[in-house]
Amino acid sequence: MNGKEVQSLTAIIVCIIAAACFPLIADGYWMSIGVTAMMYMALATSWALFSGPTHYISLATAAFFGIGGYLVGTGMSDYDLSFWLMMAISAVVATVLAALIGLATLRLSGVYFVIFTLGLAEMIRNLVSWVQNNFLGSRGLYVLTDFTDADIYWMLLTVAAAVYLLGWLINRSRLGFALRIIGNDETVARHVGINTAWSKVLLFMTTGFFAAIVGAIIAPRYSYIEPNLVFKPELSFLVVIMALLGGTHRLWGPIVGVIPFTLLWEAISISFPNYTTLLLGLAFLLIVYFIPRGLIGLIEDLVERSRA
Amino acid sequence: MDIIISGLLLGGTYALMAMGLNLQYGVARIMNLANGEMLVLGALAAFTFYVSIQLSPLLTMFIVAPAAFLFNWLIYRFLLRPLVRRAKNQGQLEVDSILATFGMSFALVGVMVSIQGGYFTYSFLADPFSILGTTVALNRFIAFILAVIIGLALYLWLHRSRPGMAVRAVAVSSDASKLVGINVARVSAMAFALGGAITAVGGTLISTFITLDASIGVIFTMKALIIVIMGGVGDIRGAIIAAAILGLVETAVASLIDPGLTLAAAYLIFLLVLLFRPQGLFGRRAT
Repeated sequence: MNGKEVQSLTAIIVCIIAAACFPLIADGYWMSIGVTAMMYMALATSWALFSGPTHYISLATAAFFGIGGYLVGTGMSDYDLSFWLMMAISAVVATVLAALIGLATLRLSGVYFVIFTLGLAEMIRNLVSWVQNNFLGSRGLYVLTDFTDADIYWMLLTVAAAVYLLGWLINRSRLGFALRIIGNDETVARHVGINTAWSKVLLFMTTGFFAAIVGAIIAPRYSYIEPNLVFKPELSFLVVIMALLGGTHRLWGPIVGVIPFTLLWEAISISFPNYTTLLLGLAFLLIVYFIPRGLIGLIEDLVERSRA
Repeated sequence: MDIIISGLLLGGTYALMAMGLNLQYGVARIMNLANGEMLVLGALAAFTFYVSIQLSPLLTMFIVAPAAFLFNWLIYRFLLRPLVRRAKNQGQLEVDSILATFGMSFALVGVMVSIQGGYFTYSFLADPFSILGTTVALNRFIAFILAVIIGLALYLWLHRSRPGMAVRAVAVSSDASKLVGINVARVSAMAFALGGAITAVGGTLISTFITLDASIGVIFTMKALIIVIMGGVGDIRGAIIAAAILGLVETAVASLIDPGLTLAAAYLIFLLVLLFRPQGLFGRRAT
């Protein structure tokens, strides 16, 4: 570890401690925004772990998130199992599912992967509703715990910190190096002997794992779980847009995108509830056309220019 | 037998929308994820005209086709062409076009929701019609016949005319097409616009027998993509057979198991294709 790495690691730890103090000063309203922001931070960073270096756009976040929330709901409501056990089960289920999806699609071109993940959340929702209607009989599930918003926030922060540290470790590892080569040129990567499919599948599995855990942690916040509530395709798009807004070529990029976008989205949802879809679309277009490298790319360009 | 007939009829309109996407992806190289919204726009037009001035969807088609052609041409020219220019390679273009068309699809859904938030419900030619001993709704049958006519016309145009040949040439290789004097930029824009027009007409036809709403486009995008991949990119014959297969399987699942599982059935097909024939039904394995 050289001096610069020690420095960045210290910065990370300071940020985490500062974030952990947030519930001590925030009131109810800001606390709930804080939980939302922290949720997106964990989701967007883990999304960027895979999609950043490889440029494979995953829209499966909502599917894994839904698996987390739904399994916690079913386990606690129908089978009286503990929250922690269900969280662990949902993480395993999502990881296995991610592995299967990855093995089926990531051997092929990136387009197949995007298409497959595009309708995934909707398809799983349909399957879950069908099973529930025909075999289980009940529609609503209750998740009753004594977690406060602050507890949920701290749990999410732990997950986000874990994602961050994992990303930091991956960047330093052979796997991270392999992923960057894959992102630059997959043919070259294959020719220098990188097992491209396996590297991609592995990373995609971590994305699934973390999204399911986040879904499980958020479940107590809803207290009432329905398939339509947890498998919301919109979530996948929000995560993608936040990560892109920040910039995916740096580990801390998504965080830069999450905070302004969460605040903006909160304001939009209150002031223009009927235009959220339209505005989401326009935000997508703005980012793709005007800030393709995200806010971080913008800042880096400015710094470069002021130096020159 | 009921399942086979209605499945094939459904497949006819599916084939139409897949042909539209095929032109956009196969020729213009744009993975258009707003394709389903174009279809819903066609349906919305049919609904609006029918409800407000009782205009038959069969006539609305003639308004929808040129309007959608122009609209898609403008989209390609002003929104997608810059991405094509900016992209350093095909992979970059794919990522950019996927993200940009996502944006468009959301924006379009937003606009359509503000026009008509509920279902596009109207009744047009919902009369019983007997075919080979099976009774189907007349609107389904008419939609199928029109889809066949449009598909046939497109096929003949592509294979018997000079502009059609240019389109096929660009589909095979845009670089080589440039060398033989084809204006690739113009042909791509035209193929994209034509694809959008065909999809929108498909939407007008589908709206006569399936009730749509403003946000359902993504489901149709999925189905069109699955058909295009199953049939093989750029392969019209493959797309038709793939559409028939999808129509049949969906109808079978809907009537034998549960209508809520049609998307799951489509996914199952998709998975099988990816595992066993990723190059398409008639495609040859890339060497």
